[in-house]
Amino acid sequence: MGNKLRNSPRAYVVRLELADRPGELLRVLEPIASSGGNLLSIFHERGDITPRGKIPVEIDLECSQEQFESILSSYVDLDIQVTQSGEELYRGELVVLLIGDAIANDLSSVIASIDASGSVAVIESSVNRSSESPAEASSILRLAIKEGNQLQAVDSVKSIVSKYDLHFMTTTDHEVSQ
Amino acid sequence: MKLAVLGVGSVGKAVAQLSREYGHSVVALADSKSAIVDPKGVKVDDVLEQKSNRMPLGDASLEDIFNSDYEVLIEATPTTLESAEPAFSNIKAALESDRHVVLANKGPVAERFEELQSIADGSKGTLRFEATVGGSIPILSTIEDVGPRNITSVRGILNGTSNFILTRMAAKNLSYSHVLSEAQELGVAEADPTFDVGGIDTALKCVILSNVLSGGGFCLSDANVEGIQHISNYALNLADKSGLTIRLIGEATREGVNVAPMLVPKTGDLAVEGTQNIVQVTTEHGGVLNLAGAGAGGGPTASAIFLDIQRLIV
Ligand SMILES: NC(=O)c1ccc[n+]([C@@H]2O[C@H](COP(=O)([O-])OP(=O)(O)OC[C@H]3O[C@@H](n4cnc5c(N)ncnc54)[C@H](OP(=O)(O)O)[C@@H]3O)[C@@H](O)[C@H]2O)c1
Repeated sequence: MGNKLRNSPRAYVVRLELADRPGELLRVLEPIASSGGNLLSIFHERGDITPRGKIPVEIDLECSQEQFESILSSYVDLDIQVTQSGEELYRGELVVLLIGDAIANDLSSVIASIDASGSVAVIESSVNRSSESPAEASSILRLAIKEGNQLQAVDSVKSIVSKYDLHFMTTTDHEVSQ
Repeated sequence: MKLAVLGVGSVGKAVAQLSREYGHSVVALADSKSAIVDPKGVKVDDVLEQKSNRMPLGDASLEDIFNSDYEVLIEATPTTLESAEPAFSNIKAALESDRHVVLANKGPVAERFEELQSIADGSKGTLRFEATVGGSIPILSTIEDVGPRNITSVRGILNGTSNFILTRMAAKNLSYSHVLSEAQELGVAEADPTFDVGGIDTALKCVILSNVLSGGGFCLSDANVEGIQHISNYALNLADKSGLTIRLIGEATREGVNVAPMLVPKTGDLAVEGTQNIVQVTTEHGGVLNLAGAGAGGGPTASAIFLDIQRLIV
């Protein structure tokens, strides 16, 4: 039974600090691929360099406990600095859609402000825009909720993006009253 | 039942035309300029023919209608906000003379719910308004049968015009303004579309639902309302790639009303297409009930009015 638990896949998160040079990200992904783990998302914030000049990276993956241990020991062998690791710390996910000029002109600062709130982290973003009508530019963000419940996370993101004059929309599953 | 029908637009006309089929007779009919009363039954086809030739319906007055021997007043005049006049006074007059009242007009039950309830409480007549929310879909009767106390929220798509626009923008990758003008040409949207695309119509229906759930206390100015005017096809495209689409969703609870565009799964229950409506009634112990159908139009709205009349009889 112990073995079965060790072998069943679950969600993990790893936070790393990478040197700012080409090929670093690939070095980090290789152990995940070779252990047979399933990469869920990578968040790589180039604009958010640590005081020691490293780039923080957050990786979400799905694998067995055994695979997870082997990935971590590969990182030790490869001299990759792991700042935090463990089972998924998130309390859930949130998908939001934003529309407005700031998506065309200032998306990275919008994302940075959302991350800085501390209550959610952007784990994926996609954008659709045209130069002719910047006001229609749109972005979908997938967010991990770090603190509080979904309704609080919705309110927090809503108030951040309103400072950028963005239209905000989320999925219906967060609107049902308890 | 003997019906007095106020308003001969798409709803009033359909009620008058279908009344015989449902076993009722029209004894009075009024539009904005004229009225007719006939205790033996108004000859509906002849009178509508006259109206289509821009002739008055007859030479009766509104007062004559209230003095006639009608049993049910059907209120199908245009929805007005705040005072909800002249409908409010018409309903009051009918209830005070112990007649039943059936509404298509949303204004009175959205803006002055408690006043109307207390007038109805003092009357032998009954006030019903199934047709005000979701056209042909029996939403209010379902709430009545389940019991408002056993329901936590009602939400869904309650405006066919905005749903038509969002569906077509997504399907054909067209801009909002392009599809709006198409909808106006097809008669799906009004020349001034604000009421529909600005979320006000959805909000009125949700205010009525919140009033029913909590026994009153809400009017339009209490609702948080956002429309679909800023939705771009860029946004719809992106949503599509994530398996989602955008719908104008209204939600009514005992806490209040929210109307805003939201992301819904493309293949989910809420992603009804075109002018279809859907509501999800979340019950305390019975899970979620999905009710979908034609949310507007003369025939569908008249069918909700006949459903109300039937419930007056049994
Ligand atoms: N259409 C729908 O699918 C639908 C669905 C649900 C609820 N409703 C509600 O039902 C009501 C009627 O809708 P509709 O689409 O039939 O509207 P409509 O086509 O605009 O017709 C309104 C009718 O009311 C008459 N009228 C205006 N003021 C009047 C007054 N003071 N006294 C008597 N009659 C008056 C008009 O007279 P004239 O003919 O002389 O202009 C017209 O015949 C509205 O409140 C609407 O919100 C409509």
